[in-house]
Amino acid sequence: MARMATTRRVVISTIGAWFFGFLIFFPILWMVLASFKTELEAFAIPPSFLFFHWTTENYATVQERSDYFLHAMNSIIIAGGSTLIALLIAIPAAWSMAFSPTKRTKDILLWMLSTKMMPPVGVLVPIYLIYKSFGLLDSRIGLVFILCLGNLPIVIWMLFTYFKEIPRDILEAARMDGATIGRELVYVLTPMAIPGLASTMLLNLILAWNEAFWTLNLSTSNAAPLTTFIASYSSPEGLFWAKLSAASTLAIAPILVLGWFSQKQLVRGLTFGAVK
Amino acid sequence: MGQITLQDVQKSFGPVHIIKGADLEIADGSFVVFVGPSGCGKTTLLRLIAGLEDVSGGKILIDGKNVVDTPPAKRGLSMVFQSYALYPHMSVRGNIGFGLKMAGLSKDETNRKVEAAAATLNLTPYLDRKPRELSGGQRQRVAIGRAIVREPKAFLFDEPLSNLDAALRVQMRIEVTRLQKQLGTTAIYVTHDQVEAMTMADKIVVLNGGKIEQYGSPLELYEKPANLFVAGFIGSPKMNFVTGEHALQKGAATIGVRPEHLKIERDGAGGWQGTIAVAEHLGSDTFLYVDAGQLGMLTARYIGELSLHAGDHVSLVPEPARIHRFDASGNAIRR
Repeated sequence: MARMATTRRVVISTIGAWFFGFLIFFPILWMVLASFKTELEAFAIPPSFLFFHWTTENYATVQERSDYFLHAMNSIIIAGGSTLIALLIAIPAAWSMAFSPTKRTKDILLWMLSTKMMPPVGVLVPIYLIYKSFGLLDSRIGLVFILCLGNLPIVIWMLFTYFKEIPRDILEAARMDGATIGRELVYVLTPMAIPGLASTMLLNLILAWNEAFWTLNLSTSNAAPLTTFIASYSSPEGLFWAKLSAASTLAIAPILVLGWFSQKQLVRGLTFGAVK
Repeated sequence: MGQITLQDVQKSFGPVHIIKGADLEIADGSFVVFVGPSGCGKTTLLRLIAGLEDVSGGKILIDGKNVVDTPPAKRGLSMVFQSYALYPHMSVRGNIGFGLKMAGLSKDETNRKVEAAAATLNLTPYLDRKPRELSGGQRQRVAIGRAIVREPKAFLFDEPLSNLDAALRVQMRIEVTRLQKQLGTTAIYVTHDQVEAMTMADKIVVLNGGKIEQYGSPLELYEKPANLFVAGFIGSPKMNFVTGEHALQKGAATIGVRPEHLKIERDGAGGWQGTIAVAEHLGSDTFLYVDAGQLGMLTARYIGELSLHAGDHVSLVPEPARIHRFDASGNAIRR
């Protein structure tokens, strides 16, 4: 009896999970489908699900009108660059807080996180003016900088949590073995923290890739990443659903692929510390 | 060489004094055990010597040189941790050789020394395994290998055997002792297990509440405990303490008699009268826990089998020469 009830439970929860999974995934699927429709079919009522005239003309138009590869390259540089710099700053920061904490360490961590609680728009004007005076508007370096700063608190928090889990004894053993702080970081701490570093890096890449507020406000063309590329299809020309969908599909494709292949690390990264 | 001297070493964490002024001379090549109850400061004292904690006062001399400002790596000591603290991402070879690599030895030289150390510890077949593929005893051996390969001035052991099961612990105890004698390197060994202390040490340091209660050879501690604490801590089962009338007769505030120094008489009229509460028959020994009325519970040990049982009446007669006397402040009164 008990066994049957368990089986039924498993079946029901599996169906439920797939249902909700599909529900969440549906808008993305719909967008991908719409990108292969003609403009007319894209907002036809009733909508056609699979049986429509498949076309790739939207992709051609999008690439023709705006240079996808330029924006994709910008996205890669901005997301990659900001992640790299954030990690370079966060590793020593998290290391020192995890292994030589002071009375104020918890406060500092909370203070860092508190910067994420403020709406970014609150500092848009000052940041915009600073960027303007320094000539950083519409520059890749400017975007790398702002995204790096924006994500730094999260990166430090994540790494801090990971480092906390590394037994102190092992680092002390390294110290007894004659390792200097630098070598301890390179030979012992970093290799042990690789799973944590990987998931932090992935999460930060995704966050930076998807970041729209600062990228939209601080870039126009030269440094514009894919977010700006998508946005350029929504406003000026009314709503061209099919082309907008094509642009969006192109924009999310790389990160979707990356996310797909690294699901395991991501889940581990997001639940780390919560489950042992 | 590995002579270690502590001069008035102190350590406090904030307002809490963990080590209240320790003075100690550890001779080159000797095996010294720090023993005491949990929280007595024995591990802290070891970490101070290692340099993993900074002293709050006093001097630590290694071969006559004050090292309090020297980082752990430069003190020339190596340590075996309770948790083994192996590098999980390195093979056994990498673990043992890490210190040599940090010291800048060539690859060939490192390999040669690692292999020699591994041979001493019977680890040769496991050199290319990761720590997670080893048993507890093997991990412990790797940790010891990591310590010996650097040919340090002294080994520091922080309760290294407490994670092993009882049988393996006895075996490793013998191996560690033999290895230390063979290498002739000074060793400081922290444990809360007084059997380990008694069996391994050339000299024992008994610590209590951040103070050194007594420093001496195992038998000195057993035969001439300096005070009530050492008397009660060293020896198993514990020494019996008697206060009041009986003690005053001997000119002491408290007298102590070890269980093995109480003569058990079935129908004797002299000595301390009591009723057996529990009798433990081990074959090799018989332990009697005797309810002696006003004197409290007394423990007696008989070598061999003694057919006495709970409820039997006995009298316990202390061997006069084996009675330890203590004054009102707990210090031993010497004859």
